[in-house]
Amino acid sequence: MRYLTVDFGSTYTKLAAIDATEARVIGVASAFTTIATDVMVGFHAALNLLREHIGAFDYDELLCCSSAGGGLKMVALGLVPELTSKAAKMAAESAGAKVVRTYAYEISATEQAEIAAINPDIVLLCGGTDGGNKDVIVKNAALICKTPGDFSIIAAGNKSASRELEEIFKHSGKDCVITNNVMPAFGRLDTEPARNAIRDIFIERIIDAKGLAAVQRMTKHEIMPTPFAVLKGCELLSLGTDKTSGIGDFLAVDLGGATTDVYSMAKGAPSLSNVLVKGLPEPYAKRTVEGDLGMRYSAAFLLEEAGARNIADACGIAEDEIVAWVRKCVADPGTLAPQNSRERALDETLAGCAIEIAVGRHCGVLEQIYTPLGETYTLTGKDLSETPRVIGIGGVIQNSASPAKILRHAVFTVKNTGRMFPKAPAFLLDKRYIFSAMGLVGMIDPELALAIMKQEMHPLTEDEDGIEKPETVR
Amino acid sequence: MSRGGGMSTKTIVTGVIGADVHAVGNKILAFALEEAGFTVVNLGVMVSQEEFIAAAVETAADAIVVSSLYGHGEIDCQGMRAKCDEAGLKDIPLLVGGNIVVGKQEFGDVETRFKAMGFTRAYPPGTTVETAIADLDALLGA
Ligand code: B12
Repeated sequence: MRYLTVDFGSTYTKLAAIDATEARVIGVASAFTTIATDVMVGFHAALNLLREHIGAFDYDELLCCSSAGGGLKMVALGLVPELTSKAAKMAAESAGAKVVRTYAYEISATEQAEIAAINPDIVLLCGGTDGGNKDVIVKNAALICKTPGDFSIIAAGNKSASRELEEIFKHSGKDCVITNNVMPAFGRLDTEPARNAIRDIFIERIIDAKGLAAVQRMTKHEIMPTPFAVLKGCELLSLGTDKTSGIGDFLAVDLGGATTDVYSMAKGAPSLSNVLVKGLPEPYAKRTVEGDLGMRYSAAFLLEEAGARNIADACGIAEDEIVAWVRKCVADPGTLAPQNSRERALDETLAGCAIEIAVGRHCGVLEQIYTPLGETYTLTGKDLSETPRVIGIGGVIQNSASPAKILRHAVFTVKNTGRMFPKAPAFLLDKRYIFSAMGLVGMIDPELALAIMKQEMHPLTEDEDGIEKPETVR
Repeated sequence: MSRGGGMSTKTIVTGVIGADVHAVGNKILAFALEEAGFTVVNLGVMVSQEEFIAAAVETAADAIVVSSLYGHGEIDCQGMRAKCDEAGLKDIPLLVGGNIVVGKQEFGDVETRFKAMGFTRAYPPGTTVETAIADLDALLGA
């Protein structure tokens, strides 16, 4: 059995050829794709490269995932920021979406206009526990239905509001579904139904909208959102199968042109005693995505977030030059930094910043609170301080001469006191960007996918700066 | 038995406020309220005012029952009514009980101070849960 996996990205189309009998990756290839051109162009270019590289190759099964056309763009609405708004965001991110904005309470006219401007693929509408507040979700539903844009609406809030919602949706002219509440009871999450609804819409509508209908006709397997496939791959590598054990807890960072995705496979329970856990329960397999932190499309936001000054200090390159480079990257997302160039050094510094900020946002926060009886601590989110490994995924890390140096930014430093970063992890590299491919293969043959992922994770040591290059054909 | 007359039950948010860790009474109180037919959202111990309010907003709670056992109730409860007003929980009944102040004080004074802070009811130590339930019934028109 031979598989061909395709990851239709916003920047690259990445192919992997897999031999199931030999349980190995025969070869990988990637070709640049632009948001403007037909996805099939990138696919054929990559396939030609792959064939040049490994010779004639026929496959039995074609498995695809996509983040083409900017990925699955969503906005999430809830009631209270730290409750249903957060639950909505978590549900969307775990389904592989990029949540551009999260809103709480009844949205304002400005926020409504902002949603129209974002032009999302899907709006996830939550709010209220079952039997709880239904005013806000009903009002927001009416407002969202009147918001211009060709988006689908998923309502996953207070079940007691479903009749009113149905009535509003019926005449809206938009594609609407009502599913189970993401937070049916206070502090209890049930994100699976919302997640499935997102996937269904992705398959039914978004695939078409992003020009992937022709691809879908080439395979009987459903096209998945890429981050969903990566999350599945991570879960499999961490937890293993019924027969074979996984590698246990880890944190993975996928640094792309448009976003930085962080995946943690860990319970994240407090590592210190006398810490009170606050906030929503955290899933073992968690994904967060930062749409403002990317190496190309969103490099300008990254620069703003990290500060040109800080970057200049870190890499010894003048601020003007940094700003010029970032401008070039945004204008032409296909820009590559040559090996051993100043631009490469700059890119790697930017990568480190993106990782530090994204991992910081992903990790839980330990807060000291002062009480009449002295100090105590609370933890909101996951404590990842004892997470034993950090895995690097994605272009810049993969192509770097010193990936460990970039990944070190995912480790705790005093500057980030209170953020529960891993303290002393080992570093691994997903040499050939295999996670999304293995997430797809894993849905058919988990043993095979697990075995391949274990082979493909390349351990990095701190001083190993000249590691073997990935066999990627550009 | 279901409170609130058949169809919908009344929802009560309860918990122990501030840095207070006394967990036993909270469990008994929550259990007794549930037994009495209320839908209970129990936030446990060490609950901040904000957490009470956030929970009450999401669940459209009908009342908030605050426990304080360790003597610092007066500090912990200050400003809670204002925050409820701010969050749109207009006129939500706020009940507080346990050992809400330090030591043995004239309870009439204590009650006056808590009412001035906007609490609907403030109970002296030793008040039974039944008393609070009877008051909730009266307040919520069950
Ligand atoms: C066990 C205990 C502890 C344990 C708690 C363990 C745990 N996790 O639960 C530990 C050792 C941790 C502890 C610590 C402290 N404790 Co202590 N503790 C007790 C003790 C002995 C029993 C509490 C208990 O469980 N009672 C049984 C339950 C069923 O009763 P209850 O809690 O009172 O709850 C009932 C009623 O109060 C009522 N009720 C409660 N809430 C409400 C609300 C409403 C609206 C109504 C109507 C009724 C109501 O209904 C409940 C159910 O029947 C009491 C003394 C006592 N005998 O009560 C002291 C006591 C509560 N503790 C006290 C103190 C001072 C402390 C400390 C400050 C001591 C210190 N200096 O370190 C710390 C505070 C720690 C903290 N951050 O909270 C004082 C409080 C004094 C005051 N308020 O003036 C008490 C009263 C002892 C005393 N006589 O001095 N304590």
